[in-house]
Order: sequence, then structure tokens, then C-alpha cells
Amino acid sequence: MSITIDRINKRFGNFTALNDVSLEIPEGKLTALLGPSGSGKTTLLRIIAGLESSDSGRVLFGGDDVSNLHVRDRNIGFVFQHYALFRHLTVAENIAFGLESLPRKERPGKQEIRQRVEKLLEMIQLPQLANRYPSQLSGGQKQRVALARALATQPRILLLDEPFGALDAKVRKDLRRWLRALHDEYHFTSIFVTHDQEEALELSDQVVVMSQGQVEQVNTPTALYARPESRFVFDFLGHVNTVVGLVKGQKLVQGDAWISLPGVRNDQEAQLYLRPHEVQLARAPSVKAKLPLRIASISLIGSEVRIELMPEGWQSDEVWEVGMSHSEFARQSPTRGELWYAVPEVGHLFLADGAEPRTIDWQYTEAANASNM
Amino acid sequence: MSTSAQAGAAPVRRFASRSKRVLPGFGLSLGISLFFVSLVLLLPMTGLVVETAGMTLDQFWFTITDPRVVESYKVTLWTALAASLFNGFFGLLLAWVLVRYEFPGKRLIDAVVDLPFALPTAVAGITLATLFAQNGWYGQWLLKAGIEVAYTPIGIVVAMAFTSIPFVVRTVQPVLEELSPADEEAAVSLGASDSRVFRKVIFPSLWPALVTGVALSFTRSLGEFGAIIFIAGNTPYISEVTSLMIFIRLQEYDYAAASAIASVVLLVSLVLLFAINLWQGRYLKRLEGR
Repeated sequence: MSITIDRINKRFGNFTALNDVSLEIPEGKLTALLGPSGSGKTTLLRIIAGLESSDSGRVLFGGDDVSNLHVRDRNIGFVFQHYALFRHLTVAENIAFGLESLPRKERPGKQEIRQRVEKLLEMIQLPQLANRYPSQLSGGQKQRVALARALATQPRILLLDEPFGALDAKVRKDLRRWLRALHDEYHFTSIFVTHDQEEALELSDQVVVMSQGQVEQVNTPTALYARPESRFVFDFLGHVNTVVGLVKGQKLVQGDAWISLPGVRNDQEAQLYLRPHEVQLARAPSVKAKLPLRIASISLIGSEVRIELMPEGWQSDEVWEVGMSHSEFARQSPTRGELWYAVPEVGHLFLADGAEPRTIDWQYTEAANASNM
Repeated sequence: MSTSAQAGAAPVRRFASRSKRVLPGFGLSLGISLFFVSLVLLLPMTGLVVETAGMTLDQFWFTITDPRVVESYKVTLWTALAASLFNGFFGLLLAWVLVRYEFPGKRLIDAVVDLPFALPTAVAGITLATLFAQNGWYGQWLLKAGIEVAYTPIGIVVAMAFTSIPFVVRTVQPVLEELSPADEEAAVSLGASDSRVFRKVIFPSLWPALVTGVALSFTRSLGEFGAIIFIAGNTPYISEVTSLMIFIRLQEYDYAAASAIASVVLLVSLVLLFAINLWQGRYLKRLEGR
């Protein structure tokens, strides 16, 4: 069941939660609504569910306008951040709740309900906990039960509001993987809300980035990461290193720092965004850039060594972060307090006169400059 | 009476673990509390027992099984039951309205709920008697419908309900306020009808508080005196409540008999509150997984 969001507006008093949002959610895919708090992602999810009404606009499920349909008639499954399990009912009773709420004609018999609950318990891998109460479960178990409860009536659409937000990192990762596997098996149309970019990119088929009540960009995780269309999306998807300065003679200049910008002719203000893995560190400036940085800290944990640096003789709003492989680290052995130079490989340039970023690849000119190094 | 009822219904709390207490002064505060409880509750109760100790068992039994007294037990019990059940329903409704809806005058109504506690019960009794008398504002209309309230047991129910309704409202209200809207939303998203949401999701959470409120209302009604005697008519064997019997014995300077009857009321209240406390503790334990 595909979902169409058609020009939805929603205000809470003076606050505009959603501003003319239109969106297509493809059938059978796992879509992430990603954005910082206050971006309207949860409001949008609740409007899709019917838990909130929009001021104007329509919601369509597979072409049918459901805007005026009550939540209980929309046949959706909704999973809440804090589980919202019924605490006076056992796990099995919780899961059976939706089936027992069906109108008498459609309601399966007691025996069948029990079998369906057993099946769902197996699906969430918790058959031994059928008679426990929610207060006796861990956070991860509660969320699985909440998921089974939402899926019991075989909804057309599954909506999850920050489903892993209240869980600790390890459990979150397990549950994420498990949800992905479950989705691949059953292929329900699902939307989940998150503010965690890693979660969105890892779990979803399609990411909708939202900011201030508007959709910033919609794309697959890979495409989104490769081609962010706006500064906001850039900032939001992981750490970026920035150089803000003036373009003069095909160079971006700020203080002691400069970077060559082959092909950029108009002199104007510009911002250059560089991801941690798009920058190398060297002990001397190269011909394409001079970006002096002093090492502030080194973090060894993870598949890459993460080095934090402070600009020296120029300025940046945020600390710089550069990734280095462990073998490279062993060879170079950078230490804290040393002065290094960033050598950009790929950068994304936002010019004052253009909205779309321009990607610059210095590696093209690498060979030509190699002799001068 | 009502004070002992409240103390009896206070939620059971486990003592802080001996090794690590965040707040100092556990010993001191517990000591003062126990001392005060003894002073205002236990000592008078002991006095009551001591007073009856002057009687032989036969005398005691004779006093408390006097036919007129027994009849007063019956009247008191069924009127208190009726009043507290009425309060259970109406108090829940009132609390619901006060928590769930916004309307002009809400703050005023919220304040008025406490009025029965603030009002001297005798004033309440006189007011109710005037209103429900056959020529009173309500009484004349009720009379046309064939219902007599003043000077009948129904009047007792009215007086009891009036003086004890805040117990139900004030115990249910905070629980209602704390109910998570997500629970209801979850139930609705699973297709539950409004009545099913109330029965299966809201009510089970309210239930312990409602029972406590009704029980407090009930025990309070068992001991109510001031408001009742003005409206009850106090006809022997028909509309005499037990607290009036105690009062009559006191007027006869028969302190022992008064204490004997009082001890029966006290025992019933204590047993009831204790039982509810036990039940509630078990129910909440299940919900909170302690």
C-alpha cells in the first residue's frame, strides 16, 4: 500500500509544524523520516496514522483518500517510542488486543487468536514470555512485543515513532538488524521516524530528510549521502569539516588558509564542505591547499582512527575531524599538539550565487601536480 | 475516624535500603512520625479499648447486639454503601471532566470539590435538610415524583454522599492525570472502540485508586454524624445511624456502652481499609513489577 501525502499543513498555535508537505511513500519499502527535533517528522507520522489531524491537505493510502478516516479504521500498526504496552495485560494479552478489538463478524475464534499470538511470539523470538507482564521485560523485549501487537491485525501500513530511541546502543543495533530482516521477509509498507542519521541510512530503503516543517530531500541512503542537495542535509548527515572564505583567483582564502578551486572564476563568498574521509593529513602543505591544523585529540576506537584538529591561523565554526586507517596511523604516528596540513580529495562547494552544491575532485589534478610535490 | 481512615490507606512503602540512603534523618523522621501517630491515633484508640474493658464480655455483647443498635448497623451499612457507590460513579465522572476537558469555570469547580471537607458537617446537614424538606427547593419537586428524601434513610445517603465525595475525586484525579495518552492511542490504533478503550485500558489503571476512594468514602460515611442527624429524622429502627447510637449512649453518660459501639465501627473500618490496602499492594506490584 503506497502512501501519498498531498500538501499537508499543520500549525500548533504560532508554530508551523508542517508547511505544505507533499511526499510519496513507495509500497513495500522501509522509509525513514529523518530530522532534528521540531522538524515535524513525528507530526507527519501522526497525521499519516490519523492520531493527529492536518489543517489542510490530504493523505492517500494506495490512491484512497483517508484524510477523514478515523485512526481505528485506517488499518495501520503504530509503534510508540515508549512502547505504550498495556501494563495490566500479559504479553500474550497485549498481542491479542488488536484481534480481540475486531468487530464480532471479523473476529477470529479464541483458538485461532491463541494460535496467531503464538506465531507472533515466535516471530519476535519471545515465546517463553507469553505470560509475563510488561514491567517484567527489558526495553528491547518491550519494543518487540509492541511490534508484534501492532502487526497482529496484519495492518496495511506499519508506522514507528522513534522505535529505538529509548534503548541503549547495543540493543538498538540488534533490534535494528532484526527489524530490517523482518521487513525483508514480510514487505509491509513502513515508515519510521528517527533523529539518528546512522539509523536512517542503515535501516531504510528511502530517507526523507525534514527540517522546519519541510521536506529537504528524498532519496535512497546511498544517493543521499553521495549528493546532499542542501547545507542542511550536509550538516545533518554526519560530521563535516567546513572552510568559509572568499573566492579569489580560483582559490578559497581565509586567513592563512587557502584551497585551490580549479574552474571557479567568480570572486564571491563560498563555503567548502569536506567529509572526514575526504581529507588526508600531511606534514607539509600541498600545491592544491594549505590548511594548517593542530591535533587536539586522537580516538583509536573503531575501524578508523578519528583525529580531531583545531585550525591554526584561520577559523572554523566546528572542530575538524579526519579519519585515518590504523596502518596509516602506525606509519605516520601523529601525536597530539603537532601541526599538520589537510589535503582535500573531494569537496562540496556552496557558492553565494548558487543553491546547488558543486562537487570538486582534486584527485583529477593529482597526477599533474605529483612532480611538484 | 476519618483521620485513622486516611492513615490506614496510605500506600505501603518499602523502607529505604539500610546501606545507602540518599536523604539523612530516616531515624529521626520515622521516630517523630511514630510518636505523632501514637499520640493522635493509637492513644485514643487504646482509651476506647480501656473504656470498654470495664465491661464483662456479656455486657459488651449485650450492648452491641441491642436490637435498636443492630438495626442502626444495617441502616448505616446500606446507606454508606449506597452513598459510596454513588460517589464512585459520580466522583469518577467529576474527576474525568476535570482532567480531560477544558471549559470556563473549571478551576472554580475544582475548588468547589473540596467544599464538603471545608464546610462544618452540621452546616451541611442543615442546608441539605432545608433543601430536601417537603417544602424545600428540591424536596417539593421530589415529592411530586413520589420521593421523600428528608427524614428518611435516603436523606442519610444524600448527607453521606455529600460529605465524602472529595475522597473519590481527589484519589482518582491524579491517577487520571498521569495516564499516558500513548496507551489510549495505541488501543485506538489497534481498532478498539471508545468503550473498549475505557474498559480495557483506562479503567484497569484507575481501578485501584477508585477502590481506595470508594473505601475512604465508605468508612467516612460509617462515622458521619453531623450532617446526618439533621436530615435523617432519626426514627428508631428506621433512620438511626450508629454514630447517633453512640451519641445517645454518651448523653446517658454510659461511656462504656458508647465505646463498645464505637469499637465495632472502628473494627469494621480498619478491617476494610487493611484488606483494600493488601489487595491494592498486590495489584500494583503486578503493574510495577516490584
